[in-house]
Amino acid sequence: MVEDRRLGDLIAYIILTIGVLIVAFPVWLTFVASTWDASTVINGEMPLYPGPYFLENYKRILFVGTSSTTREPVIGMMLNSFIMAMAIALGKIFISVLSAYAVVYYRFPFRMAAFWIIFITLMLPVEVRIFPTFKIVSDLNMLDTYQGLAIPLIASATGTLLFRQFFMTIPDELLEASKIDGAGPFKFFKDTLLPLSITTIAALFVIQFIYGWNQYLWPLLVTTKDSMQTIVIAIKKMIVTADALTEWQLAMATAMLAMLPPVFVVIAMQRLFVKGLVETEK
Amino acid sequence: MAQVTLSNVKKVYAGGVEAVKGVSFDIPDGGFCVLVGPSGCGKSTLLRMVAGLETISHGEVAIGERVVNQIEPADRDIAMVFQNYALYPHMNIYDNMAYGLRNRGTPKDEIDKRVKEAARILAIEPFLERRPRQLSGGQRQRVAMGRAIVRKPQVFLFDEPLSNLDAKLRVQMRVEIKKLQRALGVTSIYVTHDQVEAMTLSDKLVVMNAGQVEQIGLPAEVYRKPASKFVATFIGSPPMNILPGQVDGHGIVALGDALLEARDLREDLPAQTPVEVGLRPEDVEITSEGQAGSLPFDVEFIEELGAAQLFHGKLSGHPFVMQAATGDVAAQEGRLWITVDPDKVHVFDPKTGARLGKG
Ligand SMILES: Nc1ncnc2c1ncn2[C@@H]1O[C@H](COP(=O)(O)OP(=O)(O)OP(=O)(O)O)[C@@H](O)[C@H]1O
Ligand SMILES: [Mg+2]
Repeated sequence: MVEDRRLGDLIAYIILTIGVLIVAFPVWLTFVASTWDASTVINGEMPLYPGPYFLENYKRILFVGTSSTTREPVIGMMLNSFIMAMAIALGKIFISVLSAYAVVYYRFPFRMAAFWIIFITLMLPVEVRIFPTFKIVSDLNMLDTYQGLAIPLIASATGTLLFRQFFMTIPDELLEASKIDGAGPFKFFKDTLLPLSITTIAALFVIQFIYGWNQYLWPLLVTTKDSMQTIVIAIKKMIVTADALTEWQLAMATAMLAMLPPVFVVIAMQRLFVKGLVETEK
Repeated sequence: MAQVTLSNVKKVYAGGVEAVKGVSFDIPDGGFCVLVGPSGCGKSTLLRMVAGLETISHGEVAIGERVVNQIEPADRDIAMVFQNYALYPHMNIYDNMAYGLRNRGTPKDEIDKRVKEAARILAIEPFLERRPRQLSGGQRQRVAMGRAIVRKPQVFLFDEPLSNLDAKLRVQMRVEIKKLQRALGVTSIYVTHDQVEAMTLSDKLVVMNAGQVEQIGLPAEVYRKPASKFVATFIGSPPMNILPGQVDGHGIVALGDALLEARDLREDLPAQTPVEVGLRPEDVEITSEGQAGSLPFDVEFIEELGAAQLFHGKLSGHPFVMQAATGDVAAQEGRLWITVDPDKVHVFDPKTGARLGKG
């Protein structure tokens, strides 16, 4: 038995290690490529260890930009991406907590109709309604603005559904106890519902931040000015079709930089995030 | 403190379920009223109408002089203890108890005084910093009580507060609740379907069935003179034996061939009126053959309970149970002769279930 278990553990570790290598190797390669100069990367004989150009490449890309396609410094793009991702994550949480609260705790006419309309938007992501959405955003003069980037992506039902499911698991007696304790609807929301939702909020924040950060199609449509570009679009632009013109070391450095904020958010929220996915404090 | 008055209170749920069908009674100031009845009879609904958690479809609920039908739960000056405690999981025990006071703008030092006082009375001082989930069921129960008493309300409402506890703890908490209520003198309404809780706690027992009140009275009264067959079989354990019989003259009923004196039997009933006769297992006494009023009881098997024994068998062809203190009779199967004190023979109308008593 003991032998068996050891063998099982060993096999599990081997499989896990292979998995980690498969995931990590391209990331490592990207990092290595961002630390050499252009010619080393291009000639196809790049070593598998980091080179001496780390500081130079990152300084250049952060504060100057590439020499051909995107002349803007990447730090500005990171800021754009960050503002967009934050706006999407926070906006979505704000709207979905409130709408779920209304749908679960209030009895108003057409409550279920409202809920189903929200539900149906699940089937209408931005990609599907892209033309009308673009038209509206442009008619409202929101092209090349942060509002234009974020608002259309905020509108979706996932968060509302998530919070609705969570609120429905909260026992009615808590609401009743609050009523007897003299807490009105807003106090119940603030003092009981929100603190209980903290882990769910954290989980949604992580998911939505990464979702916002990784947006490609929508920012591509609504931004025309270089100064409003997001980092994901910048990476795409840096990789020119004529391979030789691509400043690979800079593109790779940008890719590394693009990974940092999501990784940071996941690490910072890790404890709450995992808790939010697996358990709730009730 | 205040008295609570219910006048013709009804509840019709959306969808037409009539959960409470016109209930009237009052609880004197400082009284302990227990609502008891089988599952689904509307006890919780009635309690929740007093609390203000359900709207009152018809009738009036008054606390003190004030009709509270239209008043918010928070303003009714009541406190409620829930079956699953309903403590706020994210607050520590201190905050759980203080929350209601804070919402009312009670000064900080007053809150602190009351919470500490309640914690002392309930022996939960060591846990004030803990979260509810770090407490045992019994401790959570105390916190729920504490949350109620810090408010110093006019009325306590309890909805089966002990049913999540194990048997031993339940007995202990029952005694504590009674003591506490005596000490504080707060008018209380307590819902349970446990008849032992009902008998021991109440000074006013309300037996409900299918949305209606079957009987209201002192617990001993309800036990001694059940107003209907339903109450007779619901209160008392093991339940009362019910046997078909008929009137055989003034104060006499016939069970098959045997005659039995029933002192409380109504006098205007003609002979041969079919009735149902109720005999409590613990009222049955053993006698010898040929004794006046003795009934033959064929014992089929005996259950040993420790302090008592239950004899199961047949009396004139109907299932019958009797209880005897261990050692009273040699435990033996076969025929026994039994008798029942004429004061303890209950007679009911077989159709309506109403007691056919002298009034
Ligand atoms: N919200 C509701 N809507 C419709 N019917 C309800 C609702 N709540 C309770 N009822 C019905 O009203 C009746 C009384 O319910 P209630 O909860 O008062 O019973 P109870 O006596 O407390 O029972 P238990 O001992 O099981 O708690 C039941 O038939 C129940 O199905
Ligand atoms: Mg109930």
